[in-house]
This record gives sequence, C-alpha cells and structure tokens, in this order.
Amino acid sequence: MNYQFNWKLVLTGEYGQWILQGLWITLEISFVSIVLSMLLGTIIAVFRLSRVKPLVWFSATFTEFFRNTPLLVQIFFWYFGSYAILPDAVNKWLYKQDFEFAAGVISLTVYTSAFIAEEIRSGIFSIPKNQLEASRACGLSFLQAMSFVVLPQAFRIIIPPLISQFLNVIKNSSLVMTIGVMDLTYMARQIESYTFHGFEAFTVSTLIYLVISLIVSLLVNQYNKHFLRFIPH
Amino acid sequence: MSMIEFHNVNKWYGDFHVLKDINESVESGEVLVICGPSGSGKSTLIRCVNRLEEYQKGHILIEGRDLHGDDVNVNELRSEIGIVFQQFNLYPHLSVLKNITLAPIKVRKTPKKDAEEMAMQLLERVGIHSQATKYPAELSGGQQQRVAIARALAMKPKIMLFDEPTSALDPEMINEVLNVMKDLAREGMTMLCVTHEMGFAREVADRVVFMDFGEILEQAPPDEFFRNPKHERTKLFLKEIL
Repeated sequence: MNYQFNWKLVLTGEYGQWILQGLWITLEISFVSIVLSMLLGTIIAVFRLSRVKPLVWFSATFTEFFRNTPLLVQIFFWYFGSYAILPDAVNKWLYKQDFEFAAGVISLTVYTSAFIAEEIRSGIFSIPKNQLEASRACGLSFLQAMSFVVLPQAFRIIIPPLISQFLNVIKNSSLVMTIGVMDLTYMARQIESYTFHGFEAFTVSTLIYLVISLIVSLLVNQYNKHFLRFIPH
Repeated sequence: MSMIEFHNVNKWYGDFHVLKDINESVESGEVLVICGPSGSGKSTLIRCVNRLEEYQKGHILIEGRDLHGDDVNVNELRSEIGIVFQQFNLYPHLSVLKNITLAPIKVRKTPKKDAEEMAMQLLERVGIHSQATKYPAELSGGQQQRVAIARALAMKPKIMLFDEPTSALDPEMINEVLNVMKDLAREGMTMLCVTHEMGFAREVADRVVFMDFGEILEQAPPDEFFRNPKHERTKLFLKEIL
C-alpha cells in the first residue's frame, strides 16, 4: 500500500474553500428544513387531532405516505417529476430560482415532518386531558389552549426524539447531492474526483457531520435541562 | 330571572342514564351545595353548566339564555363561569402569576400589566401573593387549589363551580381552601359546590341538594336538610358521612 496521505491538500486552498462552501450549504438546507418541518409537522399533528374528518384523513394519509417511502425516491420525485404536474408559469419561475436547493428543502421537509408529526402527536397524548379541559374552561379556544397550554408541555416532553429527527435531517441532507445541490458531501465527492484523495475528503466530511450533530444535541439538551425543571413526569 | 335554570336535563353515557330529569333553579348570589354518593351524577351536573359535558335532553339557561342557543359562543360563555377542579389542573409549565393571567390576556385581551396587577390582588385575596413567581409543583396542594380559585376569579365570573375542591387535599389544608370559598360566598358569588364538607354546607350554603342515581332526591336549606332529612337515602347518606 503506497497511498500518500495529504490532509493539507483537502483542508487548505481551493479544496478547503469547497469544503467550507459545502458545509455552509449543508447547514443552510438542514436549518431551513428543520424549521419548516417543525411547522408543517405541528400543523399535521394538530389536524390529526382535530375533529374535522377531512383534516384527519389528510394528515393520516400524509404521514403514512411520506414516512413509508424512501427519501431518495422522494427527492427524485420533487426534482425530476414535479414539473409534470405544476403549471408552466410556476415551472418557469422555479427554474430561475435555485431549483435544486428548493427541491431538496421540500423533500427533506415533507419527509421529516411526517415523523415529527407523529412525535408531536404522542407528546400531545402524554399531556393529561385535564390540561386541555382546564384551559377550555377558562374560555380559551381550542387553538389557544393548544398553543399556550398543551403544545408547550408536549414539546418539552418530546425533545429527545425531536433531537434525533433534527440529526436525521442533517445526515439525510447528504442525499441532496444526487440532484446537484453542492453540499458538504457533494464537495467531498468533487474533491475526490479532482484529487483522488477520497480518504481525506470523506474523513473530513464525516468528522464535520459528527461535530455538527454533537453540537446540536448538546444545545438542545441544555435547553431541555433548563425548561424541564418544573414539569412533573 | 334566575341565574341558572335547569329544565328537564337528561344525560346518557351510552345506555347509562347519568342525569334524570333535573329541574332546579339557582338565584344570583345563591350558594348551592350538591352532595350525594359517588357516581350519583353531581360532578356531571355542574360540568354541564359550562358545557364541559354535553347533555342530550332538556335545557340549561344562564340568565335566561339557553346554553346551547345559536347566539351562544362557547368560549365567551365559559369565560363567565369559573370552575375549580378536584385535581387543581394548574398549568405546570407556567408560573403562578402566568397561570392566572393567561386567560385574561388571551381571551379578554386585558393588557399584560393590568392583568398582572389584578392577579396580584387575587393572590393577596387568597393569601398567597408571596408565591407569584413560583411554579405549581413548588406549592402545597392547598396553595395550588387557591391559585386555581384565583385563576378562575381572574375572569370575573358570574358563577363559580366547585367540583370536589378539597377531596384531593391533605386534611390540614382543607380549611385554607374552604375559608377562601366562604369569603367568596359571603361576597355574594353564585356558587355550585360539589363537596362532602358538611361544615361548609352548614355555614354558608343557602340550600343543600342531595343527588343519587342521577336524580335530585331532595333539597332544603342546610338547617332543615341536616336536622330533618325526608328521604330514606338522604338519612342513610348523612348517617354515613356525619
């Protein structure tokens, strides 16, 4: 074996720049997808718990569909398939934007929100019914009772499973390289093809993913510790 | 016009007939104590008054307005009827102060500062203003129940419902809650109290209602109720608990 390790090549100069650019895109796409999937997941969960039948059906179908199909297929669907059903004007507009990025965000968001909706739903179920009752009895509407009383308690309970969903988004975001989003994995792959130093490129990108994940779970755990003080389990 | 009128109220849980032909009226400022064995429908009855329970037949009127009338907004209705639960049901993630100000701020759109000022006055009234910044889990049961009363009073209700407010309390904490309720009764609040505290009934109730198997078997002013119960079931019940 006469492979010459060259870490400097990957970490500095133009290739180092590529890694940084890729890292930025990874952070950006993960952050946007996490925020959007929290929003969408909450909406889907509340729909599922509402008494409005069509909303319940919609959210049940949504959850089962997106949870049980491979993410890579969904990414390809949004990127290669969605233009067939969108109006021309929308397509034209989309192609002027960063369509790869948008398709990546949409697929990550939709996929993740299906999982998050289930976590939120189980969180809501774990809050005693008398909390909803007490708040409705004071005159709060269903949505107010959910937003100010039930969901804040539910979220604190489901923080551990939510963290793993967030971490999944960061890791899953590496799949968007397949549709040409220039994320960390894409850049590592690019460096490999230019330099044949795949070992260094992918070791560096692996470590970066690891560090991001560790930081995220540390931050959320700190938040958790601070806010869980007074919630009895 | 009476504050609350029950006209032939009937409720079923499936086949189980929980409330049978309830007819009763409560005047403004009246304090009604509802007692009876467990499962007799007393809690269900008062929970119908703020529509936490639905009933299938009959009518309940609040100041002449049907609870299920088309012109009734359930949230507005509930905001005018306070309820205190057996298990307190405070919001564990909010401080005592925020437990009290949440509904006034969100439902009544009271400015935060005014709501907090009012909350502090109410906490003073129930004797725990020094605990405003604490969380419910840091308080004793009796203190939590007093916060729950303050939370209900913050909406300036016309009617207060008490659903066995002292049943979950340690004996030494029962009086601190009953004293708050007695003060309220003397100030002229219309109150429906499901309770087994017969001392409370004797002291402040205008009438005592006895329920069994979903029916009102008898009702009378406390003196008469305790001295001269008419129904056999009532006699038996009073013998058991006194």
